[in-house]
Amino acid sequence: MYVYDEIDQRLVDERVAQFREQTRRFLAGKLGEEEFKALRLRNGLYIQKFAPMLRIAIPYGMLSSRQLRKLAHIARRYDRGYGHFSTRQNLQLNWPKLEEVPEILAELATVQMHAIQTSGNSFRNVTTDHFAGVAPDEIVNPLAWCEIVRQWATFHPEFSYLPRKFKIAINGAIADRAATGVHDIGLHAVLGPDGEVGFRVLVGGGLGRTPLIGHVIREFLPWRHLLTYLEAIVRVYNLHGRRDNLNRARIKILVKDRGPDEFRKEVEAEWAQLKDGPSTLILEELERVALRFTRPRYEKAAKAELPKAGPFAAWVKRNVFAHKVPGYAAVTLSLKKTGVPPGDVTAEQMEAIAALAERYSFGELRVTHEQNLVFADVRRCDLPALWGELRALGLATPNVGLLTNIICCPGGDFCSLANAKSIPVAEAIQRRFDDLDYLHDIGEIDINISGCMNACGHHHVGHIGILGVDKNGEEWYQIQVGGNQAPASLGEVIGPSVARAEVPDVIERLIECYLEEREADAERFIDVVHRIGIEPFKERVYGSTHQEPAHRERQLAAA
Amino acid sequence: MAALIRNRRIASDSWQPLEPQRWLQVGEDGLLPDFPDRADLIVTPQLWALRREDLLARGGRLGLRLEPGDEPSGFAADLEHFALVAVNFPKFGDGRGYSIARLLRERYDYQGELRAVGQVMRDHLFFMESCGFDAFLLREGEDAQEAIAAFDDFSDAYQASVARPQPLFRRRAGAK
Repeated sequence: MYVYDEIDQRLVDERVAQFREQTRRFLAGKLGEEEFKALRLRNGLYIQKFAPMLRIAIPYGMLSSRQLRKLAHIARRYDRGYGHFSTRQNLQLNWPKLEEVPEILAELATVQMHAIQTSGNSFRNVTTDHFAGVAPDEIVNPLAWCEIVRQWATFHPEFSYLPRKFKIAINGAIADRAATGVHDIGLHAVLGPDGEVGFRVLVGGGLGRTPLIGHVIREFLPWRHLLTYLEAIVRVYNLHGRRDNLNRARIKILVKDRGPDEFRKEVEAEWAQLKDGPSTLILEELERVALRFTRPRYEKAAKAELPKAGPFAAWVKRNVFAHKVPGYAAVTLSLKKTGVPPGDVTAEQMEAIAALAERYSFGELRVTHEQNLVFADVRRCDLPALWGELRALGLATPNVGLLTNIICCPGGDFCSLANAKSIPVAEAIQRRFDDLDYLHDIGEIDINISGCMNACGHHHVGHIGILGVDKNGEEWYQIQVGGNQAPASLGEVIGPSVARAEVPDVIERLIECYLEEREADAERFIDVVHRIGIEPFKERVYGSTHQEPAHRERQLAAA
Repeated sequence: MAALIRNRRIASDSWQPLEPQRWLQVGEDGLLPDFPDRADLIVTPQLWALRREDLLARGGRLGLRLEPGDEPSGFAADLEHFALVAVNFPKFGDGRGYSIARLLRERYDYQGELRAVGQVMRDHLFFMESCGFDAFLLREGEDAQEAIAAFDDFSDAYQASVARPQPLFRRRAGAK
């Protein structure tokens, strides 16, 4: 991972001092509620249902054991002994005290961490492929680029008060594991005709209230121009994005209103003025940043004879991924054990994970946007021993890619934006599908749950998406089918929303329908939806179309 | 009264903003009112467009007040006439003025006073100065002395800006 130099460290320390002073002014009544809100959000501090929530940045998901130990300490000392990994590769604490937040930030700064811009209308945490740097299908290692963009986006003087939040994702592999199609800007690192690194630039994707897929506005941007081009895009957005309506303020709405072609023209015209200016990247910087990343010292690993059957093999099949270095593998630690809120980790687990990362994966780990953790550099011959250790910690559930690996926002249990709870829904589904053989038979499927249309649980891009809605003060759930993360596609609502108790039944019916329709075991749920459309699924859940109103009445009567 | 900071010091303000309506209304004599000859006046784009010659014929200096929706390119050719450009920040979170400032300084080479007005608080000053503002009319009730400390909230920045024409990565590379 990237190691700060003294300037990086100084800026983070100065931020802590600045926020300490702002908090002091607020508590002394010198700073109004509204103004302090805009400032605290820039430091990841929300006021939630029961307590403040602090969102700690984990830049592009990379953590060291030392940092994770610090997070464990903070969770224990300032919170209730656990944290929640979010779909943005960040960590959220649900119970800190407002007046202690400056202290928490000061502790974070001692391990090169912060909560800078994890909320508010500015650049958010840059996200990437959780297998960056180790994936066999990688074309360009995106990590140095992530750091270069992180630095550019941190305290940008011109773009710190954008119309709305702004998310950038970078992917460097053939498979898009960073969901670049649903970000404000998505960057695909690619190689040009003469082997030069460059980026395919997508703009205007996003989930939330108005889900849209990003448009490619440039097929190939040579790497030197990355920052000037970003600057051009964001300047057009900063000046012309809507500020009159919070729900229409994201860049996706500007791109949609202008049309992608017109938007591209505006960006290109602005870029013509900025191109080759001082923000043009130089090779020295690229090398400097790349060299500040720690590198695993891979050994020639002993040949691993691994069991081919049994629970260990099932875990390898689901949770172990190929590595570009022979003899190594990347291991996903599932945070989706039934009964535990997806993404939640206790302080004890954090400490144990930190120790395991040191023993098995060079003292580093990653957070995935599916709310799991990854040890990216494990010797294959160590897999049985690691599996044993993870099992003891409840982190070896062999369900990565399977139905119970549910992406789920904190929902109505914690979040003040939520219309409905999401954690109990995830748990009810996990309990319904508790037979591992059946899960493996169903195969790969993503179920994503959001407690409101802000879509933190990315329900639009789940193969099955579940959205909590509020109807006259009651919690109902809208079911979508056919979303996909990459290539990005958005799910379609299959019918009227259902009561919470009915959600597992609905999922079961969708799965039955899939199993009957699939032509081969290898044909995934999403493939079947794409082949036959959503009608058969709709019918399976609601009966034929003319029965829908009757069904609805029954539901209302039961509610 | 709102305090003015200019070049990081508390300063007095000789500038007088003009409400366009009063100066565009024909009097009983059938004439538009005369502008004060020696005063330093801040005008809106509308007043400038409609009474340009009268404004230029005076002895006093001229300032232009822009709203965040005004396109700076529209005034590029006229900037030589203005000793001051004020950019309004109608809300705490409206960030268009930052882009306007950089465009005025970097693209249109504006050298005069660039003043942030409106909802200007100490928490904005570091970024505003980076983008080229050198004068700040603070929001009513802001403590100017306390606010001046905010220019030193950060000792450096990663990006190129008006205050630091070379981004940190070029300065890092140059220092080697």
